[in-house]
Amino acid sequence: MKNSEIFIAFYTILRREIRRFMRIWPQTLLPPAITMSLYFAIFGHFIGSRIGEMDGFSYMQYIVPGLIMMSVITNSYSNVSSSFFSAKFQHSIQELLVSPTPNWVILLGYVLGGVARGLFVGLIVTVLSLFFTHLTLHNVFLTVIVVLLTAIMFSLGGFVNAIYARSFDDVSIVPTFILTPLTYLGGVFYSIHLLPEFWQNLSLLNPVLYMVNAFRFGILGVSDINVYWALVIVCVFIVVLFSFGLHLLNKGRGIRN
Amino acid sequence: MTYAIEISDLKKRYDGGFEALKGIDLKVEKGDFFALLGPNGAGKSTTIGILCSLVNKTSGRVSIFGADIDDDFAKAKKYLGVVPQEFNFNVFESVFNVVVTQAGFYGISKSVAEQRAEKYLKQLGLWDKKDVQSRMLSGGMKRRLMIARALIHEPEVLILDEPTAGVDIELRRSMWEFIKALNEQGTTIILTTHYLEEAEQLCRNIAIINSGEIVENTSVKALLKTLNQETFILDLDKSVAQDWRVPGYAIEVVNDATTIEVEVIKGRPLNVVFKALDEDGINVLSMRNKSNRLEELFVKLIKG
Repeated sequence: MKNSEIFIAFYTILRREIRRFMRIWPQTLLPPAITMSLYFAIFGHFIGSRIGEMDGFSYMQYIVPGLIMMSVITNSYSNVSSSFFSAKFQHSIQELLVSPTPNWVILLGYVLGGVARGLFVGLIVTVLSLFFTHLTLHNVFLTVIVVLLTAIMFSLGGFVNAIYARSFDDVSIVPTFILTPLTYLGGVFYSIHLLPEFWQNLSLLNPVLYMVNAFRFGILGVSDINVYWALVIVCVFIVVLFSFGLHLLNKGRGIRN
Repeated sequence: MTYAIEISDLKKRYDGGFEALKGIDLKVEKGDFFALLGPNGAGKSTTIGILCSLVNKTSGRVSIFGADIDDDFAKAKKYLGVVPQEFNFNVFESVFNVVVTQAGFYGISKSVAEQRAEKYLKQLGLWDKKDVQSRMLSGGMKRRLMIARALIHEPEVLILDEPTAGVDIELRRSMWEFIKALNEQGTTIILTTHYLEEAEQLCRNIAIINSGEIVENTSVKALLKTLNQETFILDLDKSVAQDWRVPGYAIEVVNDATTIEVEVIKGRPLNVVFKALDEDGINVLSMRNKSNRLEELFVKLIKG
């Protein structure tokens, strides 16, 4: 395929993915808006007012970056995992497989579809948070880079999950039993300095901790970890997951006999 | 000579060990209307799956208009349009979007795709349904949608896997008129079907596959010439005796003895049977073939 044709194929996949999550907005955009508003109201406002300051910021301000990041992670991941698995389930993935679209373009199209939803939901949650507190941006560039890379990483994770999934249960197992605990224990609601040393050290094995803290550093300027480590870790995960996802596509794992 | 499809020593062994293709060779000429026939599980769908990259082959070579599906996969895929047996479009997309989106996967610009979508949806009688969600279409409409989608990149070869399964007679006829017109315009057609009279009427060349091997590959005319006997059903105005026979002919009396089945060896006249019936004062009201001629050959070849 010529480069212009490859671009059209990529844009077609991306446009279809965006059209999909916009069409089913009551399932994709509304739930995170409601859930995060409740988090802001209950944890940030009602309970947060009794907790006091954390790292020099009100508790509400402290948890907002983590909750935005939590929305981005969950939505990027679930967009790709559910969309790709649905395409497998109803065999419409064959439309792509019979076409000359290269596998790397298929992967890129789905992943950027997930990124689009992750960032869109992140934007909705950010706007909602402004009804509860005010935010300033400590480092715009870092904030944008971290949220973008995180969305890419979790979209890739969702893709790998969808490739291996054989039922809708398989699509929900990873988010429920791995992603949610990692996110909740990833410093969204607290600084790991509040934990005993053993749990602090254990938390350092959680990749979500690095992303949440790097994002929080971009917005508030405070972090439990060195943000450059966060960027390195995310980039390594992206390279590994992209290579693995492409390898699975080339092999036809779960999609070709 | 460059063939539309050229398959050599194609083998497929599935993970469970089942050998679906045992090294088949097949050539389909450009502009042909070709039938690939075989019983369920013979290897037809596996062959088609490999041609359109939905099944990984174990070994062998496949090329489409000279483009190898391994070495020049983009070119090979552009030559090929596929209408699968199962509905495989996104059921939540509109009819128009299903077709235009498929064009995008072939690198066709939106403006060209929309023009072609209009052309093919109109030709296939789906234009008034263009904004309808594809899941709302009837079975026949869904099949026509898959034909429109397969044609959107204007392929040189169109593969139709059981395209008329479950389609009513009127729609089946109109679909075949459309496909015949496509073939006359130069598109190579490869067809699998269980309706053997369709293959007999439409196709010029034929391959019969059984247990992963090609058991016959010739022209339909040449194949039919090999048929050395036919069975005719004669409906009579009066009943005949259960043991009514004519020497030299295998005759079976069926139903309420007002119908007989006569097996005739090629070259032997039916007049003898008519004469015997006439002598008994019995008139023949109607006569027909017991089964399609191709069907008889097919059954014979499959049974070995």
